[in-house]
Amino acid sequence: MKMPLPDADLMARKGEIVRALQRLVPGEGVIGDPAGIVPFQSDGLSAYRQTPLAVVLPETVEQVSAVLAWCQANGVKVVPRGAGTSLSGGALPLQDGVVLGMSKFNHILEVDLANRCAVVQPGVTNLAITGAVEADGFYYAPDPSSQIACTIGGNVAENSGGVHCLKYGLTTNNLLGCEIVLMSGEVIRLGGKSFDAAGYDLLGLVTGSEGLLGVVTEVTVRLLRKPETARAMLLGFPTVEAAGGAVGDIIAAGVIPAGMEMMDKPAIDAAEAFVHAGYPMDCEALLIVELDGPEAECAELSAHVAGLAEARGATTIRTSTSDAERLTFWAGRKAAFPAVGRISPDYYCMDGTIPRGQLPYVLGAITRMALEYGLGVANVFHAGDGNLHPLILYDADQPGQLEAAEAFGADILKLCVAVGGVLTGEHGVGVEKRDLMGEMFNETDLACQQRLKCAFDPDLLLNPGKVFPRLHRCAELGRVHVHRGAVAFPDLPRF
Amino acid sequence: MPDAAAPMHTPKTAAEVAELVAAGGTLEIVGGGTKRAIGAVRADAVLSLAGLNKVIDYAPEELVLTAQPGVKLAALEKLVAAQGQMLPFEPPHLGKLLRARGQATLGGTLAANLSGPRRIRAGAARDHLLGFAAVTGRGEIVKAGGKVVKNVTGYDLSKLVCGSWGTLAVMTEVTIKVLPAARAEATLLLFDLDDRRAGEAMGVALNAPVDVSAAAHLPRAAAARAPLKAQMSVTALRLEGFEASVAARFDTLAEALRGFGHVQRLEGPLSRDFWGQVREVEAFHKDPLPLWRLSVPPASGWQAAQALGGEALYDWGGGLVWLLSDEPAEKVRAAARAHGGHAALYRGDGPAFAPLDGPLAALTARVKAAFDPNGVLNPSRMGQG
Repeated sequence: MKMPLPDADLMARKGEIVRALQRLVPGEGVIGDPAGIVPFQSDGLSAYRQTPLAVVLPETVEQVSAVLAWCQANGVKVVPRGAGTSLSGGALPLQDGVVLGMSKFNHILEVDLANRCAVVQPGVTNLAITGAVEADGFYYAPDPSSQIACTIGGNVAENSGGVHCLKYGLTTNNLLGCEIVLMSGEVIRLGGKSFDAAGYDLLGLVTGSEGLLGVVTEVTVRLLRKPETARAMLLGFPTVEAAGGAVGDIIAAGVIPAGMEMMDKPAIDAAEAFVHAGYPMDCEALLIVELDGPEAECAELSAHVAGLAEARGATTIRTSTSDAERLTFWAGRKAAFPAVGRISPDYYCMDGTIPRGQLPYVLGAITRMALEYGLGVANVFHAGDGNLHPLILYDADQPGQLEAAEAFGADILKLCVAVGGVLTGEHGVGVEKRDLMGEMFNETDLACQQRLKCAFDPDLLLNPGKVFPRLHRCAELGRVHVHRGAVAFPDLPRF
Repeated sequence: MPDAAAPMHTPKTAAEVAELVAAGGTLEIVGGGTKRAIGAVRADAVLSLAGLNKVIDYAPEELVLTAQPGVKLAALEKLVAAQGQMLPFEPPHLGKLLRARGQATLGGTLAANLSGPRRIRAGAARDHLLGFAAVTGRGEIVKAGGKVVKNVTGYDLSKLVCGSWGTLAVMTEVTIKVLPAARAEATLLLFDLDDRRAGEAMGVALNAPVDVSAAAHLPRAAAARAPLKAQMSVTALRLEGFEASVAARFDTLAEALRGFGHVQRLEGPLSRDFWGQVREVEAFHKDPLPLWRLSVPPASGWQAAQALGGEALYDWGGGLVWLLSDEPAEKVRAAARAHGGHAALYRGDGPAFAPLDGPLAALTARVKAAFDPNGVLNPSRMGQG
């Protein structure tokens, strides 16, 4: 993975940059020594790492504003960072840039149950928001698997999903407002506590912009009332096709489950060996279906779903009878990634989304590709919304295996696009899928998006090298008309 | 009002749209023409999307539908209803409210980000646009988003075009998310509450674990108007879903609202008709006064309306206030702002939207320029140049 070539002048100015930042964020707020920087060298996509010039950890919006304004004035690149759990390298540092860590913004500022929202700082963890309101019967719906660690600021940047987004939406569907600081240092409020805001929906644009448009300094999230009951079902099927068919039948019957997850045989085996969730071992595909609402609804729908599963030849149909049992059903799925980590030295998680009807075809193709590449693969899958998570098993210590895993992953994502899907359902483009953007978008499409980048950050200093496969100077984007999506600016460097 | 004498173009393809935009004259972008009076535009010519009116692909089992923007909303609603599905954001058509002759289109609804009573539960129009193709003000054909229900690839331009009122790009194809329609619905009615008590009742209902899908209040004056012609104020809460679930939740809700007086129940077609009236703001179809749309934090809705006087109708649990008022525009906008929201003039003389200020205004102008540097699309519709 190539990143923009570091600027030797900036590298030489490291001492000066650290001192300037220390003046803006006094005390322990700036880390410049090599040992202190190590924890910030990579994020959840640990195959890539880089040592930044410095890490700055501001505590106030004024400090964030001052740091960004200074960096803009001095041409210093900035990589924003929450908890560093990104799976696409969104927070991967730049060698000639500064990491802006938001971990000290960790306060819940207001819980407003009359308007069913909470105002929080970006460094608050996803789970802590629910923690602050669950005694009152409320929760924050998006629940990425990393919710114990990942922060809401990072969730906004990545538009994070989770197992419940089929029914309750992604981050973008659960926000009311935020405050961002532009690279210029300007502080801007988008939205508030009302259902829509005056002017363009810049909140919607900033959400999922992967830290390229602004630094989030405050977030207003919607809170939902916790359903009275939640019930999970374990459905085992003799084939992946049968399980995929059942998913289609459930939705066709008008049921939108709170969550609907699928695991294939290798994933079931790994999860069962790790957490002993009691999964059936005689099936090729396992569905976990969660239903929520009043007791009467859960009872009616679970009977309905059981009937549909039976008609598809399910060999196991179990419905949780207590919340403890429900959580046990989920334990294997939630631990699927670390479980796979136990059976393989390394794994590489992909994130494409496909039309659900293409599932058997795509899973079959992934199995064939695995044989060709000589690598194992385990599939966990947000079946309800067609979001695949193939986990490619490899060993980074074996020469060539990382490269093979990357190539295998790229082939899977190209296949996703070819069948009408997309490169990433919830993990973001980051550096990981950056060079595949051309599979989905032509040069005109990408130039249109990059002009927005220029509207927010004309010097391209905020998180450059992520999302877009080419850097275009803003003046060029403004001037040049891209003709019929043809490759433009052939002389500009690729990375 | 828009300029009736301007020539009208009705392109049949995205390429023809691109040609018209690239020609360089200013254009008013029109779907069915129902919302032309909101932020009325004066342009060299009118670009009608009536010729781009086909449903391209509808896969009920994938919950997605791809169509051209000129498809009539009513036809689309019929199409998805035949498959037991719905447009979750329950879009209002507003033609009658705005005294327009045409019929609302899908493209116009998305461009205005219009959402009905179910907005509080299911999200807005902007939450259901998965991807689109469009011609920017530069005359370039671009696409963004995708055709699957979950996607974070690239900037989420779908959000940006929703509510941009045709000032950034002319949509030529859109993919939206649909959902199964509810099998049953029931509406719980409360009577004779003043606005404050009604606000409290809606708050109690929305905070109860019953998944209220709509919450509205018609004060005495609005309730007395056609078509309801009731003797007292009406506060309404809707539950949707499977029958057994609706029945169970109705009982829970009635129990939670015990302190608010007599409860009445509307079912089936009666419930649907009632919410149709709320969605279209039928009570205010005939009144000559200027009509404002206030979007405020739900708990502040009644206070914002009270600060202004005039006649109100509340949707979205209080978060959407339709207000008949001849107070000066600055006063209405200031009151909405003071209560944490904003106001738009939907019927009456003057600009629909207040100009933004500060760094947000400058950023907004740069975003506009990124798409439409020469300002050819719907000039001044949203108050900017």
